[in-house]
Amino acid sequence: MLEKALIKENNRIFWYWILSLVVLVGVGFNSYLHQLDQGLTVTGLSRDISWGLYIGQFTFFVGVAASAVMLVLPYYLHNVKEFGRITVVGEFLAVSAVIMCMLFIIVDMGMPMRVLNMFLYPTFNSPMFWDATVLTGYLLLNIFIGWNVLEAESKGVNPPKWVKTLIIISIPWAVSIHTVTAFLYAGLPGRHYWLTALIAPKFLASAFATGPALLILICFLLKKFAGFDAGKKAIQKLALIITYAMSISIFMVAVEFFTAFFSQVPGHMVTLQYLFVGAHGYSQFVAIMWIFVILAVLALGLLIPRKTRENDKTLIIACIFVFVSMFIEKGLTFVIGGLSENPFGEITPYIPGIHEVLISIGIWALGIMIASLFYKMVVSVKRESDFANASFNKQEMRDC
Amino acid sequence: MDINRRKFLKAGGVLALGLSIAPAKSVLAGVKGKYAPGPNALTAKNWAMVVDMNKLEKDVEACTMACHKEHNVPNIDNKKEEVKWIWTDKYGHLFHDNKHDFMNKEMEHRHFLALCNQCENPVCVRVCPTKATFKNKEGIIMMDYHRCIGCRYCMAGCPYGARSFNFKDPRPYIEEINPNYPTRTKGVVEKCNFCSERLAKGLLPACVEASTNGGLVFGDLDDPNSEVRKVLDTQFTVQRKPSLGTKPKVFYIL
Amino acid sequence: MMYNSRNIIIGLIIFVGIFTFPFVLGAGKANEAPKLSLDTPKINELIKKEPIETVEFMRNNHMQLLSDWKVAVVRDGNRVYVSQKDGQEYDMSLQNTCLDCHSNKEQFCDACHTYAEVEPNCWDCHVAPEVIR
Repeated sequence: MLEKALIKENNRIFWYWILSLVVLVGVGFNSYLHQLDQGLTVTGLSRDISWGLYIGQFTFFVGVAASAVMLVLPYYLHNVKEFGRITVVGEFLAVSAVIMCMLFIIVDMGMPMRVLNMFLYPTFNSPMFWDATVLTGYLLLNIFIGWNVLEAESKGVNPPKWVKTLIIISIPWAVSIHTVTAFLYAGLPGRHYWLTALIAPKFLASAFATGPALLILICFLLKKFAGFDAGKKAIQKLALIITYAMSISIFMVAVEFFTAFFSQVPGHMVTLQYLFVGAHGYSQFVAIMWIFVILAVLALGLLIPRKTRENDKTLIIACIFVFVSMFIEKGLTFVIGGLSENPFGEITPYIPGIHEVLISIGIWALGIMIASLFYKMVVSVKRESDFANASFNKQEMRDC
Repeated sequence: MDINRRKFLKAGGVLALGLSIAPAKSVLAGVKGKYAPGPNALTAKNWAMVVDMNKLEKDVEACTMACHKEHNVPNIDNKKEEVKWIWTDKYGHLFHDNKHDFMNKEMEHRHFLALCNQCENPVCVRVCPTKATFKNKEGIIMMDYHRCIGCRYCMAGCPYGARSFNFKDPRPYIEEINPNYPTRTKGVVEKCNFCSERLAKGLLPACVEASTNGGLVFGDLDDPNSEVRKVLDTQFTVQRKPSLGTKPKVFYIL
Repeated sequence: MMYNSRNIIIGLIIFVGIFTFPFVLGAGKANEAPKLSLDTPKINELIKKEPIETVEFMRNNHMQLLSDWKVAVVRDGNRVYVSQKDGQEYDMSLQNTCLDCHSNKEQFCDACHTYAEVEPNCWDCHVAPEVIR
């Protein structure tokens, strides 16, 4: 089946696309070699902001990975047939996102060659051990599931029965990866911005908005460039999921303000103040935070009214807004914000280093490249099976 | 036929595995000799320290110098990447939960000694994914620099800012290398170890030795007759951020 | 399925070529094993010039011994090693004990490591004699 990603259907534009991604991966890799040689001093990280761009994006992409469950769960547990065509798109998105997560963790490590120490000396009290474990498991689950489902489809048979069992397992597993990721933060004394039980549900809600938003965008791209149509009904079901998830996730961002500012506990207020209006003379994130607010409100404004939600053009804009706004909130400011007030009550600013940015871009490019190759395979399999269905059963063709 | 072939392959696989493990086993046979603690070692169930700033005043500089020299702590003149095992900071920073708007300015800006609190209930140990940081049998929070993967979770966890990461090779920043103690390498986290290497030889921690006026009292918290316990029994002492439940074992007389 | 056996065979030849390249290139060119000098001030003072365990054991197991020492010293708080060979006691320290007698690191460590093309990272942290000089 792999040959479908590599050999079949020479498509010049596609290979230019892959080539440009390869160039970006190369640039990122070069920067990483530089970081390996010089140490993390090439990043903007510091004693106080000890986690930054890398771990922020890791957290964000765990959410993207977990969101595949928003297709799998309705399709396999509630028989939402519209998703049948695209569950595998979600699973391969999850695979690409988990690979990105792992790379973001590895590039953040001071001693990446010792990464296996996490499994050589398993430490059950550490949320990071559990995070590494569940992420690895989730990667394997999705590779097995996606591959077997697609292979079965390309052969025109039903997937083997054990795949269904794996799929059912993958549903709570998806929830677990983001919950454990939230637990990395939500149990640290003295980090008030993170010390709330709301982190896990907030992460899940924002994941179930961001991931499906990305899926819709991918579906439109596949339609435009590869002639693969996910189906209007599937897109609309996803759009509805995004609407609810985005509303819940914005609600959860908002309620933090009440707890912080009604209680007036300084530790609880300071990060929100710093992020949204500035504190102690530092206001680095204020502009970007308000971009988040505006984009999130606009996204909800486009998603909630039926008319704009059902219009492809406005839906695409809404999805872009959802993705960008949640990337700001979760991928950039959540981690950095939580560390901004150091243990001595001072604010430390953070500006990522040039190599840090290039390495991040390289990881994005690699993730997009992996996803592109998967989707090329998916599209050719779908096209063949569509063709087979069409020639065997013209009736079904008319229904589509 | 088919089953026979499968059985054959299985047996072959087991055999191959055995053959590949056999040489490894002889290499990893391990050490033959025995281990023992040092004959003069100072031992305790639970090492602790009292910092008496009134007596320490003039020795502060000597304490930090002694420690950083002893342990090859680099002198990186950059607040973002500095490495420190023991340092001074003003009251308003170290005890920033306990300052108020009308506080005596002299007190708020007065510098206090700070070091790893060697917590009874350490967050860093709880979060470390490899047990690279752990509590030893004498209650000291140790670093195993051979095992640290440099994930910096412990730095996010520590509420006292006691941990430093080696963002770059520290060697060029060590003025004079102490040949008896290792340096660290880029990519690992480091911190104060209550001079466990000195205790093993029967010596008090370098900072305690440098505080000639008795400004630093060191002893066993679990021994009611220890000097540390005597000071704690008779004087008013505080800890940094006790509300976080970490139970610091460095106490302060303000 | 693909039946283009010609490409497969060409591919296999290239594969075998690449993977045997180092062996072909190095055939018949084995370097001679280094002969080590024991001429250091501390060793010259010794009456019985023997390592802490048998030479054979040290040659095969020094890396495991050092790793075990690290665990004993850092994690278990045991600083003294009692030799099985003669019951003699040693302070477990690469920097202060091993390199005290074997102060010729170029011979004692580097010669064999270079020969065997291994690069242990001990000296990233532990202070090598040449750093102090």
